[in-house]
Amino acid sequence: MNPTCPSEQVASIIATHQDRPGALLPILHAIQDAMGFIPPDSINEIAGALNLSRAEVHGVITFYHYFQTTPPARHQIQICCAEACQSMGSERLMQHAEAAASGSTNYAVHPVYCLGLCATSPAMMIDDQLHARVTPDKFDRLINKIGSES
Amino acid sequence: MSVKIFVPGDSAALALGADDVAQRISAEAARRNISITLVRNGSRGMLWLEPLVEVQTEQGRIAYGPVTADDVASLFDADFQQGGAHELSQGLTEEMAYLKRQERLTFARVGITDPLSIDDYIEHEGYKGLRQALTLAAAAIVQQVTESGLRGRGGAAFPTGIKWQTVLKADAAQKYIVCNADEGDSGTFADRMLMEGDPFVLIEGMTIAALAVGATQGYIYVRSEYPHAIAVLNKAIVVARAANYLGSDILGSAKTFELEVRKAAGAYVCGEETAMLESLEGRRGIVRAKPPLPAIEGLFGKPTVINNVISLASVPIIMSHGAAFYKDYGMGRSRGTLPFQLAGNIKQGGLIEKAFGVTLREMMYDFGGGAASGRAIKAVQVGGPLGAYLPEAQWDTPMDYEAYTALWAVLGHGGIVVHDDTADMAKLARYAMKFCAIESCGKCTPCRIGAVRGVEVLDKVIANQDRPAQLTLLTDLCDTMLNGSMCAMGGMTPYPVLSALKHFPQDFGLANTGVQHA
Repeated sequence: MNPTCPSEQVASIIATHQDRPGALLPILHAIQDAMGFIPPDSINEIAGALNLSRAEVHGVITFYHYFQTTPPARHQIQICCAEACQSMGSERLMQHAEAAASGSTNYAVHPVYCLGLCATSPAMMIDDQLHARVTPDKFDRLINKIGSES
Repeated sequence: MSVKIFVPGDSAALALGADDVAQRISAEAARRNISITLVRNGSRGMLWLEPLVEVQTEQGRIAYGPVTADDVASLFDADFQQGGAHELSQGLTEEMAYLKRQERLTFARVGITDPLSIDDYIEHEGYKGLRQALTLAAAAIVQQVTESGLRGRGGAAFPTGIKWQTVLKADAAQKYIVCNADEGDSGTFADRMLMEGDPFVLIEGMTIAALAVGATQGYIYVRSEYPHAIAVLNKAIVVARAANYLGSDILGSAKTFELEVRKAAGAYVCGEETAMLESLEGRRGIVRAKPPLPAIEGLFGKPTVINNVISLASVPIIMSHGAAFYKDYGMGRSRGTLPFQLAGNIKQGGLIEKAFGVTLREMMYDFGGGAASGRAIKAVQVGGPLGAYLPEAQWDTPMDYEAYTALWAVLGHGGIVVHDDTADMAKLARYAMKFCAIESCGKCTPCRIGAVRGVEVLDKVIANQDRPAQLTLLTDLCDTMLNGSMCAMGGMTPYPVLSALKHFPQDFGLANTGVQHA
C-alpha cells in the first residue's frame, strides 16, 4: 500500500494532470491505477480542481464501464462475450466462471466486449494477464493458480 | 556467433504463453552455453501457430509453432537455432502459403522487426515517407493521399485525402490529428497488432498528416482493453522524440509535432468520432450532431483530422512509393489493400492483408481451412457487431466497399467472424440489440429506446409469442433505428438483425421463404 493517505494521493494526482487539455479522464485513470477504484469522496476535489460540477464528474465516472467506484475484488477477471468468442463457446465459459465466482471474495468476473484476441477465442484477462482459447478446464487451472498465489 | 531468435510479444502470443516460452529459451540457451539474441517481435498474424518462434539462418528465418515452454528443450535438442528439423517446424517463414499469398503493404514490417528499435524500422524503409513528405508542400502531400484512393479504414470508408483537404483549407491557429484506436469491434485486431508490432509506422503516418494539414498536436485514443498497445506506443513515442522524429524542429525542418496517447475507458460508442472527441475533452462519450464536421470544428473546437490506425499507417508507404503504386492494388473505387482479420470459429485465424477483391470463400477456406469445430460454416459476420451476417450465397462476392453495399452489407474495418452450423441466428440478432442497449450513448431515442425494445421483441419472437406481429414490429423498429439514429451505433444495429432474419428465417421460427427485408 502507498504510505500516503488517500486524499493526499488524490490531490497529488490532480496536481500532476489538471493542466492537461481534457484532464478528467487521465485523472480518473491515474486514481484508479493507484487505488484500484475511484473513491466517491474524491469527486469533490476533482470537480473543484477542474471547475466542473460534481454531477459532471459523477456522470463521466458512471458513463464508462472501465471506472469502478467500489473497492474491487483482489483479482479482476474479464471474459470476452462478443461475437467471435461466442462462436467458440464463451457463453458456456461465462456461465462456468459465474458459478465458480459466486461466493468468492478472491475474484470477481465481468463481461468485456472484445479483448482483440478474436482468432484465438474464447479470451479472458485475469488482472493484466491475457489468456486465449480458454476452456472451462483451463479456467479452473488458472483460477487455482491465482488462489494459491494470494 | 550469436543466434537471433524471435518470440512475439504480441498480445495474442502472450495470451498463449509467449513470455514463458521466451524465458525458457533464454534459460535453456544459457544452460547449454549457446549465445542467442532474443527479439520480441510483433506477430506474423498466423495466430493459430502462436507462439510462433523464428530463428535467423543463412537461408532466411525458419518458423516453429505453436511452441509451448515444454517444447523448448526438444527444440534445442533438434538444433533449432540452426534451423534443425523438428515436428513443430513450419519451414522458411516467408515461404509459408498463408503469408506468401498476402500483399503486405501496411503490415510490411509487422512480425519482422523489433517494434521498438527505430534503427530496425529505418533499415526496413521506415521514415522514407516522412522524408519524402518533408520535401513537399502541404497541398502536394494531400494530393498524393487523394490520388492513392485511400479511404478510411475504420469502417466508414470516407476518402482520406478529401478529409485532409478540408482541414488544410480550414483557417485556424491550432489544428489536431487524432488517431482513432478505439478498436472495439469484435473480430477486429488489426489496429492492435499494428500498434504492438510496428508503432513507428503509425507515428510516421500521423506526422505526415500533421505536415499535410498544418497540425502541431496529435492524440492516439487507445481502448483500455489494449494495455500492451498503450505501453508500446508510449515507449515508441519517447524513442521517436529522442531521435528527433517527433517534437520541435523535426529532422531540422522547423516543423513541430507533439504526440500523446490517451487511454479510453471501455465505452464502445467512443469509436464514433464525435463521441471520441467528447471523451478526449474529458466528458461522457456522447455523440455530437454533425455538422459541424470535425474537420472544421473538431477537438476543442479546432479543425481536426480523425483517422483510424490503419488509414494513418498506410500513409507512409503511399508517400514513399507514390500514389500510383498503392492505387495499383484493389478494384473499383476500393484501392489498395485491407488488413482483413479472420476470426471466430475458424481453424487458421489471423491477419490477412490483401488487395480488395478477394472473396469470403477464399478467406475462410483457402486461408482459414474451414471452421475450427470441423463443422459446416453457417454464417459470417463481416465488419464488426454492426455488420451484416452473410449466408453462403454471398461468399463469392468480391470484398469491395461498393459490392458489399449492394449486398446490404459492410466491409467496415475488415473483421470476419465465422460461425458454424450450431449458431442460432435469432440469438445472435438478440445479442446485437442487447449490445446496442448496453453501449448506446443515450443521446438519441431510436438507439437508446429502440435497442431495449428490440431485445424485448426478439425475446417474444424466440419464445414464439405472437410471432408474426412481433416480426412486423421488429421490422418497423429497425426502420426507425436505421433512419432516425444519430450515428452508426443505432443506425447500423439493424444490419446484423435484419440480415439474420432475411437469410436465416428458419432460426426465427419461419419457413425458409421467410419475410423479405431491406
